[in-house]
Amino acid sequence: MNQTVYMDHNATSPTRSQAVDAVVRAMEIGGNPSSVHSVGRKALRALEDAREQVRVAVNAPKSAQVIFTSCGTEANSLALQGCGRDAMFAAATEHAAVLRARDDIHRIPVDVNGLIDPFQLEEMLAGGGDDTVISVMMANNETGVLQQIEGIARIAHRYHALVHTDAVQALGKVDVDFAALGVDMMSLSAHKIGGPLGVGALIATKDVKLTAHNAGGGQENGLRGGTQNVPGIAGFGVAAELAVAELTGMARVKALRDGLEARILEIAPDATVIAVMADRLPNTSFISMPGVDAETQVMAFDLAGICLSAGSACASGKTKASAVLGAMGMAPDTAKSAVRVSLGPTNTEDDIESFISAWTELYQRKGAARSAA
Amino acid sequence: MTANTWTQNNPLYLDYQATTPTDPRVVEAMAPYWTEKFGNPHSRNHHFGWEAEDAVEIARGHVADVIGATAKEVIFTSGATESNNLAIKGVAKFYGDKRNHIITCVTEHKCVLETCRSLQQDGFDVTYLHVKENGLIDLDELKAAMTDKTLIVSIMAVNNEIGVIQPLKEIGALCRENKTFFHTDAAQAFGKIPMDVNEMNIDMMSISGHKVYGPMGIGAMYVRRKPRVRLVPLIHGGGQERGMRSGTLPTPLVVGLGKAAELAKKEMAAEAERLHDFQHRLYQGLRQRIPEIFLNGDEESRVPGNLNISFAYVEGEGLMMGIKDLAVSSGSACTSASLEPSYVLRALGVEDELAHTSLRLGLGRFTTEDDIDYAIERISKEVNRLRELSPLWDMAQAGIDIKSIKWAEH
Repeated sequence: MNQTVYMDHNATSPTRSQAVDAVVRAMEIGGNPSSVHSVGRKALRALEDAREQVRVAVNAPKSAQVIFTSCGTEANSLALQGCGRDAMFAAATEHAAVLRARDDIHRIPVDVNGLIDPFQLEEMLAGGGDDTVISVMMANNETGVLQQIEGIARIAHRYHALVHTDAVQALGKVDVDFAALGVDMMSLSAHKIGGPLGVGALIATKDVKLTAHNAGGGQENGLRGGTQNVPGIAGFGVAAELAVAELTGMARVKALRDGLEARILEIAPDATVIAVMADRLPNTSFISMPGVDAETQVMAFDLAGICLSAGSACASGKTKASAVLGAMGMAPDTAKSAVRVSLGPTNTEDDIESFISAWTELYQRKGAARSAA
Repeated sequence: MTANTWTQNNPLYLDYQATTPTDPRVVEAMAPYWTEKFGNPHSRNHHFGWEAEDAVEIARGHVADVIGATAKEVIFTSGATESNNLAIKGVAKFYGDKRNHIITCVTEHKCVLETCRSLQQDGFDVTYLHVKENGLIDLDELKAAMTDKTLIVSIMAVNNEIGVIQPLKEIGALCRENKTFFHTDAAQAFGKIPMDVNEMNIDMMSISGHKVYGPMGIGAMYVRRKPRVRLVPLIHGGGQERGMRSGTLPTPLVVGLGKAAELAKKEMAAEAERLHDFQHRLYQGLRQRIPEIFLNGDEESRVPGNLNISFAYVEGEGLMMGIKDLAVSSGSACTSASLEPSYVLRALGVEDELAHTSLRLGLGRFTTEDDIDYAIERISKEVNRLRELSPLWDMAQAGIDIKSIKWAEH
C-alpha cells in the first residue's frame, strides 16, 4: 500500500514525529504525577508544561481551567453534563458526542449552509438563558462549515447562557482564539492535530463551576479522576504548539482543496460541493457525485488507493445518509451521494491528481451506465 | 546499573503501585501505530482503518486471555478510574429501579468510594464493609449485609496501599447465590495474580494499563455476557465499544495494553515467584536490622511486590526526606500529597502515630536483587539514625508508654 493517498484527516491525522518523541520521552521518565518523589515531580512538570502549551495554543487566559481528558468526546460530556445548567441547546449539525451528551437537548436549526440562524437562537433564549448551556461547534467535521461563534456567544451571554464550542476539528486548521471567541468552554482533541490518540482537553473560564464526570483520586483539580496520561498529554502539548506554529501551511492545503473543487465542478457541472459558499475549514470538501451512492464511491476510491470517508468515522459503516446534511435540508439524493475529502499537510498535488482521475473515472462509468439505462 | 549510582535526581524506583515503567517491548509494539499505521479504528472504509481495527481486536483478545474471558467481553476505557465509575454507576443506572443496594468496603480506592457516595446522593443505599486487622473483609459480614435488594458488590482484588488480596472466589460465590453483580477493581491485580472471571464469578472487572507495564491513558473493563450485564454509558457519542463507551479508540494505547497483557500472562508465574522472594528478602532484611517494625496487611494473602511497613517512632515524611535516592510512597499516589494518615491503614486499626510512620515499598519487573539490598541498607540506616535523634524512642526504650504521656498545651 505504498502509494496510498490519505485524505481522511478529519477522522484522524498521523502523529507528528515531535509528538511521538515527546510521548516516548515521557514514557522513559515514567512516574505518576501525583507521587511526591522526584520521579513523580518530573512527570508533574511534564504535565504542567503541556497544560501551558495547550492553554497558549488556544489563547485562553492564564486563569482558565485546562482539564485533560481521554478524548474530545469525554471533554464534551464533561462540559455539557458537568456545567450545572438544566437546559441545553445544540446546533442540529453537532457531532454525536454533543447531541448524545444529554437526553434533553433542544436542537438549534441550521440553514442550507449549515449555519445557525442568530435570530432563531435569540428566540429560543427569549424566555431567559440563566439555566441554559449552548453548544455550537466551531467547525463541522463533515462539511467543514465554520460557525459564527463570536456572534453566537454575544447573543447567548446577553441571556446569561453558558457557551460551549467543540473546537476539535478547528484547531490546527484555522485560528482558534478562546478569548476572542468569548466562549465559556471549549473541547479539544489531540489526535486531530497530529497529537497522540487518547487525549483531549476541556478549556473553561475560571467562572464555570464544573462537576466531575469520573469520581476518583482528585486529579485535574478534582474534575477528572484517574491518573493522567502523562506521555499522551506531553505529546498533545507539543502537537498543539506545532499546529498553531504551522497554521500558515494551511494556505497551501486550501489551495489544493480549492483546486480540487474547481476541477470537479468543471468536469461535472451536476456535482455539488456542500456549503461551497460558506466559510469553511481550508482542508475539507464534501462532494456529491450525482447518482452514485457514497458507500460505492468510498469502496471505489479505496480500490484506487485513496482513503476518504462517507462522513464521520464513528458513524461510518452505516449506509444511512449523513445526519448533518439532513439537518441542512439537503435533498436525500444529494446527501446519499456525498463523500468527505479531508486533506492534511502531507497531501500533495499528485494526491489531488490521483483523486481527480479516480473521481472522473467513476463519474464517467456511472454516467455511461445511466445513459444506457 | 550498580547500586551506588542512585541519587536524588535519579532515584531507585520502588513505587510500582503508583505506576509502572512502560515495558520497552510495549513501547516498541506501539511505535508503528503512531505514524505509519495511524488509522482511526472506526474508519470502516479504508485500509488504515481496517489495520487499526485488526490491531485493536488482537489486543482485546490478549486482555481477555489473562482473565479467562472472551474478547467480546472486554471494552477499552481511559483507565481503571473510568472503568470503576462506569461499572458501578452504569449498572446502578440501568437496574436502579429494581435493586438499590450497593456493598463495598472501606479500604477501596478513592474512585470507588466517591462513586458510591455520589450514588448515595441519588438515593442508593450503600454498605461499607469493615476490614479485619489483616485488611481482608469478613465473609460473614458480607453475607449478612446482602439482601434481595443488593444490586452490586464492589470489592477490589488487590489493595493499592497494603497489597492484600481479597477472597475473590468466595465473594463471587456469595454474589452469584444472591443474584448480585460482582465488580472488582483489579487495577493492582491484573497480570500480577491469577484471575479467572468464571471461576471467581466476576461480572465486571476494572483494568489499568499503566499499573501493568502498559501505557498511561488506557484501561479496560470486563463485562460479562452470560448472564449478561447491562449498563448505561457515562460517555455518549459515536457509539464505539458496543455503545458502552464512546470516543475514538486510541489504537497505539490499546495495542500497548494488549502487549502488556500478553507479556504479563506469559511471565506472571516466574515473575510472581521472583518478586515474592524479593519481598521476603526485603522484609526480613529490614526486620533483622530494625526493631519494632510492623507489616500492614496480611502477610500471606498479598500481591507479590508490595510491602507496607510502619517504622514506629519515625515520621514517614521525615523518613522519605532522608532517603531521597529511593522513590517510595507514604500512601497511594493520589492522596500522598496530603498529610492525613492513610484511611486504609486507619481502617485496619493502625493508630495514627503508627500510620504516620509507614512507607509503601513497591517492587516490580525491573527491580533487581542489588536494588533490594540497597534499599535495606538505606532504609535501616536512616530509620536507626532518626530514632537515635528521637526522644520518643529514648522514652520507649526506657519503658515509658508513649500513650500515657500528657502533652502540655501550646
